[in-house]
Amino acid sequence: MNAGALRAFIVKEFRHILRDRQTLTILLLMPLVQVVLFGFALRSDVRDVRLAVVDPTPDYASTALRARFAATDRFRVVATLPTTALLEPLFRRGEADAALVFEPDFGARLGRSEPARLLLAVDASDPNTGTTVQNYARAVIAAQETEWATARGGVRIATDTRMRFNPTLESVNLFVPGLIALVLTLVSAMMTAISLSREKERGTMEVLLVSPLRPVHIIIGKVLPYLALAFANVVTALLAAWAVFQVPFRGSVALLLAASLVYSMVSLAIGVFVAARTPSQRGAMLAAMLGTLLPSTLLSGMIFPIASMPAPLQVLSSIVPARWFIVVARGIMLKGVGVPQLWQELAVLSFMTLAFMALAVRSFKPRLG
Amino acid sequence: MSAISARGLTKRFGRFTAVDQITFDVAAGEVFGFLGANGAGKTTAMKMLVGLLEPTEGEGHVGGFDVRGQRDSIRRNIGYMSQRFSLYGDLTVRENIQLYATIYGLSTAQIVERSTGLLGTLGLSSHANELVGRLPLGWKQKLAFSVALVHQPKIVFLDEPTGGVDPITRRQFWEMIYAAATQGTTVFVTTHYMDEAEYCDRISIMVDGRIAALGTPGELKERFGARSVDDVFVRLARPAAIPASA
Amino acid sequence: MRTLAVLLRKEFAQILRDRFMLRQIIAMPIVQLVVLASAATFEVKTARMYLVDRDHSATSRALVDRLRASGRFVVSGASPSMEGANAAMLERRVDLIVGIPAGFERDVVQTRSGRVQLVLNAEDGAAAGVTQAYAAQIIQAYSRELGSRIASDAGNGSVGRVEVRTRGWYNPQLDYRNYMVPGILVQLITVIGSLLTAMNIVREKEIGTLEQLSVTPLPRATFVAAKLLPLWFIALVELALGLLVARFLFDVPMVGSIPLVFAAAGVYLVAALGIGLWVSTVAQTQQQAMFVTFFIIMIYLLMSGLFTPVRSMPDWAQWIAQANPMKHFIHVMRAVMLKGAGFADVAGEIALLGAFGAAVLSLAVRQHGRASG
Repeated sequence: MNAGALRAFIVKEFRHILRDRQTLTILLLMPLVQVVLFGFALRSDVRDVRLAVVDPTPDYASTALRARFAATDRFRVVATLPTTALLEPLFRRGEADAALVFEPDFGARLGRSEPARLLLAVDASDPNTGTTVQNYARAVIAAQETEWATARGGVRIATDTRMRFNPTLESVNLFVPGLIALVLTLVSAMMTAISLSREKERGTMEVLLVSPLRPVHIIIGKVLPYLALAFANVVTALLAAWAVFQVPFRGSVALLLAASLVYSMVSLAIGVFVAARTPSQRGAMLAAMLGTLLPSTLLSGMIFPIASMPAPLQVLSSIVPARWFIVVARGIMLKGVGVPQLWQELAVLSFMTLAFMALAVRSFKPRLG
Repeated sequence: MSAISARGLTKRFGRFTAVDQITFDVAAGEVFGFLGANGAGKTTAMKMLVGLLEPTEGEGHVGGFDVRGQRDSIRRNIGYMSQRFSLYGDLTVRENIQLYATIYGLSTAQIVERSTGLLGTLGLSSHANELVGRLPLGWKQKLAFSVALVHQPKIVFLDEPTGGVDPITRRQFWEMIYAAATQGTTVFVTTHYMDEAEYCDRISIMVDGRIAALGTPGELKERFGARSVDDVFVRLARPAAIPASA
Repeated sequence: MRTLAVLLRKEFAQILRDRFMLRQIIAMPIVQLVVLASAATFEVKTARMYLVDRDHSATSRALVDRLRASGRFVVSGASPSMEGANAAMLERRVDLIVGIPAGFERDVVQTRSGRVQLVLNAEDGAAAGVTQAYAAQIIQAYSRELGSRIASDAGNGSVGRVEVRTRGWYNPQLDYRNYMVPGILVQLITVIGSLLTAMNIVREKEIGTLEQLSVTPLPRATFVAAKLLPLWFIALVELALGLLVARFLFDVPMVGSIPLVFAAAGVYLVAALGIGLWVSTVAQTQQQAMFVTFFIIMIYLLMSGLFTPVRSMPDWAQWIAQANPMKHFIHVMRAVMLKGAGFADVAGEIALLGAFGAAVLSLAVRQHGRASG
């Protein structure tokens, strides 16, 4: 193997990328912009729930409950209606998120120790918000009930709740690992796929294949710049997360960077594999998207918990590299754990890297024939 | 009136002057060779003439139309074959011809007539429904040339038409160019193959954005005491290196 | 017009001949919907609970039984100290630690109050909040039960209970699919509309055919129309395909008017295509085109309300979201598909989409004109 040839090739590839100012700027800026933008903008908690109240026979109890809702900074009473018939248009136009419907003689029933019924209607066209709003509302109702009960000598069990590893359920802490995975996937897998398929389209790949460089060298040369870029991205994103949002870094940063590197390599290998099998750049892009970006966002546990998925998808999720990386990243950042607790995930990632790389190199060889 | 004329045509990109005050005329029906090394400014100059680039200074007229204000008219009346092969590889031969013929406003009847003629002349009739991408390079180039002429323009611009093509195909190409010229078409061709200069009626040689020489191949060889246009070029491009006597 | 026809034929021929891409265009909606429809749920089925019960009383055991009986909690471990619990949580073996202090029962009986400790693994935030809510509700119910029992034992009248019935409007089962599917469809047609458009045009730039066309008398408008119309059409076909899959594979409701959905999509696509066209003027290679478009789409997507509610964003972000066509279109899709909204209900959003689309498109066309001389 001619070390000089390989080095020259790698230098050429770096030059290619460095000269593409436009892409480079975006590549380096993107994670920064995303972390900052999403850190500030994306919240999964629900604020400002617009509440409609239907109270046919207002009395002390219903008024007390209404007042309690209004006193929270989560709920805002936007309408008081005499009947439920007028609720539908409100919901349909998106003017209310939830409704409290008291049955007639609510307070009287309570006083008679009869069950007093309350309908909590929630706009569930967004089931996530719907569930959260339900939970908030129930909490308010329960608090009011407890107050009434204690006044009459009921029992009050207080719960001390602690959210471990992320006490304030800060959204940004949760999605930064996922965001890193996303950016790495984009840069490593998709950019590589396109870059390689472009050489194929142009025919310059043939020239390379006929040169003394072996396919594995060509692949290394092609992916090295993207690896460097991906790494730069991770560092940028982490710095932004730390500096702007004080996202915790309880574990070893070095381990996190190492894991990011491994994840980049898996993504790169997949990108190469995709490029080897697609005839055009457009095709490569679509295939890479289908094969890397989608699984990384949907099946990796980044947004939707894996435990909630049906069994076949959980199995599928286990071959999505991002899934393992996110566990590692979250573990290191939020829990401060290290190799002892994460060795399984790291092992899987490393194994995947080797497997996909072997696959990638092998899929290039037939191209010669 | 000249088919093509340039007066002090200049193009600057920031501080870099790609084309520096070039002035020349091309008569109707001439085969005009626009020579120069790669990077001398030939393509930039041509792009200004066909309306792809706005001149920084100077004037140009093609077919009597101003390159600054009358680009649409110029476009209707010229043919162009770009340096990068620019027919669609994923369309068939026939589809490519049809496409450009329609764009240039030929009627359906005319299209049919000219396609058949074109395919026959090129010997591609049996390949009419093949994807252009599958054709060998030489045939692709010849096809591109024919397509550039499908609407029978009075002036045709060819940017390095014979790049990467075998000598036989090159010969055939120039025969096609002559055929067009005989019909009265003005051919403006850029090339860095100096031997092709011999085929032209008149040539100009560009060095560093300027026209360093202009005339018939014979005139230039005499003026510079050279045996070939190649020699002329070498003398122009590196005047200090070559002694004045031939 | 003949020119446009010929150009349209060319575009379609090119797309249809790219077998590979064609296959993917068809596969994309199906794969995305299938995967997403099954994966997209935040519901926690069962949470693994670790017990640190230092009281070992009837009351504490009853509390644990209530949690278990709900079917949502499963006991994965127990020990008298927190160390085992913490280690288990670090190793992700449990989701929730329930700590009951010594003297719990005594406190409840004597002082009518008690404390229970809940420690949740918030590593995976969404699940933690839901789990906590479930646990809190069960504990609350239990405390009321205790209260009634003690009160009736002591001879006091039992306390009236508030019975809360909940109802999710438009989505009674709180099925996440119904929510995500419109969003997926939007994302799908945006990819076709913006990404493919950008790459398509830049491809011609890369190959050199764009230059060739610039020298012809082909009017700019005709070229742009020929490039955009096929993808506009294909995107709508994708939408139809996606809707079919959603309807027949997943029973996603389609309460509102389907023609309205397509009309809104048609208007939205103008904006998406405009963005693609604009990107094609700033990108020199297909790689750049892909990247820039992706960047833009990603921002739009994440700020569209698909994953996190727009109304939870800070005010400045909500302002930005107003300029996000995707957000408006998703809103329209959901309103029409899930709530049965009519034209009058969504007319405002559609008008906004139209305005945005017209603005972006004209900007892009002008930019394109300037770029190609």
